[in-house]
Amino acid sequence: MSATYATHPEAREIVFDFISDYDDPTLLGAFWMTVKLTVFSGIGSLVWGTLLAAMRVSPVPLMRGFGTAYVNIVRNIPLTVIIVFTSLGLADIFGVTMGARDDFALQGFRLAVLGLIAYTAAFVCEALRSGINTVPVGQAEAARALGLKFSQVLSLIVLPQAFRSVIGPLANVLIALTKNTTVAATIGVAEAALLMKEMIENEAQTLLIGAVFAFGFVVLTLPTGLILGWLSKRLAVKR
Amino acid sequence: MTEVSVAKEGVAATGDLVVLKNVNKHFGALHVLQDIDLTIARGEVVVVIGPSGSGKSTLCRTINRLETIDSGSITIDGKPLPHEGKELARLRADVGMVFQSFNLFAHKTVLENVTLGQVKVRKKDKKAAEERARALLDRVGVGAQAEKYPAQLSGGQQQRVAIARALAMEPKVMLFDEPTSALDPEMINEVLEVMQQLARDGMTMIVVTHEMGFARSAANRVVFMADGRIVEEASPDQFFSNPRSDRAKDFLSKILHH
Repeated sequence: MSATYATHPEAREIVFDFISDYDDPTLLGAFWMTVKLTVFSGIGSLVWGTLLAAMRVSPVPLMRGFGTAYVNIVRNIPLTVIIVFTSLGLADIFGVTMGARDDFALQGFRLAVLGLIAYTAAFVCEALRSGINTVPVGQAEAARALGLKFSQVLSLIVLPQAFRSVIGPLANVLIALTKNTTVAATIGVAEAALLMKEMIENEAQTLLIGAVFAFGFVVLTLPTGLILGWLSKRLAVKR
Repeated sequence: MTEVSVAKEGVAATGDLVVLKNVNKHFGALHVLQDIDLTIARGEVVVVIGPSGSGKSTLCRTINRLETIDSGSITIDGKPLPHEGKELARLRADVGMVFQSFNLFAHKTVLENVTLGQVKVRKKDKKAAEERARALLDRVGVGAQAEKYPAQLSGGQQQRVAIARALAMEPKVMLFDEPTSALDPEMINEVLEVMQQLARDGMTMIVVTHEMGFARSAANRVVFMADGRIVEEASPDQFFSNPRSDRAKDFLSKILHH
């Protein structure tokens, strides 16, 4: 093929027309949905994962048991099964519509976020728990000796140090989460993977479409890894 | 230098502050504390010495329940040691503890280390807490290091900060669990001097140590432990010059003559 896009601008239009032919959602709109899924699920799983980690190290046997059981069950179920269950199980059978009974797009989004949080929190919990194990036991003893309560020992002394030592592993979890949001496509959330599937079905440029979406995800995840890697070094606790 | 009170002002130095009665503890098959009876009066400085593995550190740690006991009773200022929860936390705030490995909070500055307990446990406002923290840091000679992190300080400086951190809570009694054992030799004295001063100011102290010089000069009483038992209790003069038990004689001959 001797013709180039530069000498034949109309060729570029034909090759890349799949990008402009879609407007509900647009390519950017679909990736924006991916970003929203990642951000909401990321914050949610950080909170829920931290609570789970607190349960797993708590002195109350019942809490420890719940935390252990939750992590070992949830992290061993495929995410697809969890996400599909939120829609077919929670919403359709149990009527949990997340405050969006008639707005299916919003309902799907919220259910997907719920499923992603439930799943990702198990991994956040385990990353954090390994971080808790890096904090010398003397730190907690000194805190208890001052008269701090268990919740204060954890929130003021142990967890801040644990978080700093696991920023790297948490970055991995966040990157995995970003890519895992594609599973939300199975319940019809209009994020990047769903749009990709639609484009591949309708267009001829299969490889190019794949490359565009792959590039989109790298653009999202590469800075995540770099920034958090930098932060991990900066915030490392010196002993 | 600002004068900072450590003992409760105006309270007469009378009565028993810490009372251990018939305390027993096992680590698995090992009977680490055997029928321990020990009474420490207000204002008294008691030094606990003995060979390693004799249970002296464990004894020290039972007094604020960092180690639980299997039987017997421990009372502090007339109140039995609570088992768990808020009551225990409240009691621990009254019992200062200094550890062998300092255990300063690694992610907080020296100043934050000394203010944390005052603000979170004693509910003081931040400004008053910082004022007291700076005064205490000056007193132990590390006032210039207030903004640094623990890892930037020498061992001796860290241990003095740890003493300031404990004093900031205005404790009724201070526990020292081998406070100089992890220090380089040239830093031991700077820590011992702070402890000497504290003893002179009338603080009730229980000190587990291998520093016989400190025991001689600062202690009101020496408690000698071996194999989980209190073998001998005596004044320092009497203990070092004329130990009664063979076990103590043997121990002293090993550490004093070389």
